[in-house]
Amino acid sequence: MNVDSFRFLPRTFRPLYEGRGPFPGEEDAVWAPFEKRLAESRIALLTSAGVYLKATQESFDLAREQTHPEWGDPTWRRIPAASNPSNLAVAHLHINDEDLLADPEVALPAKALAQLVTDGVVGGASPEHISVMGYQERSLEGWRQRTLPELIVQLRDQNADGLILAPA
Amino acid sequence: MMPSVAEERRAPRIVGVEFPFGHAFGMPGDKRMQSQTLLLALRVLAGAAAPGTRVDLDVEWPVPLREAYRAWQPKVASPIVRQFLEARRSTA
Repeated sequence: MNVDSFRFLPRTFRPLYEGRGPFPGEEDAVWAPFEKRLAESRIALLTSAGVYLKATQESFDLAREQTHPEWGDPTWRRIPAASNPSNLAVAHLHINDEDLLADPEVALPAKALAQLVTDGVVGGASPEHISVMGYQERSLEGWRQRTLPELIVQLRDQNADGLILAPA
Repeated sequence: MMPSVAEERRAPRIVGVEFPFGHAFGMPGDKRMQSQTLLLALRVLAGAAAPGTRVDLDVEWPVPLREAYRAWQPKVASPIVRQFLEARRSTA
């Protein structure tokens, strides 16, 4: 079967996403070979659900998005893999976050990954996963200049061999 | 959730899921569905042979479409959606 990408999207929004093609200058294929066996690899997760630790981290900046609707906070948060779900909060103005708060695994499956490590399917899980806000300004300027270079350093520091990106 | 958009943007490895926004790995509380989705993503990460590899997960969302369509949406429209709707009204 082929997934219908627009099944859950209001019909009027479809033209905003469909047929836009690659970003200018990003027409070429992107590829990095994955050379190790999964059972010998350390995996990190990245969610774009705007998850953060409510006791120790600042929320993503929703106030600015309210006044600048075309802007999205380009900062990111470290989410320890062993975080208790009750310690997580969500900053996301584009979805109903009830399910996410009830079970963060729907967006950041840290426990499912840990189980696959226990089962020997995956070699290891990164001690910290990553959370960002999926809603970003169209130029992605903040991402290109700051967020991505920082995330690359973080993933290298964590000795991650692979990253699963999960849109929200 | 929108694998065709990921393809257009040249994502190297893509797993398509026909799940509502905010639920990339499946239903809350459904550990089996979440693990199945994650495992497919890991298999595609490690096993894809070429850029643009896309594998769709053959799992149907176990909630009627109309209900699921309503359920994922925020109670208050996001700022950009409000702006979009206001612009559309003003040109109507």
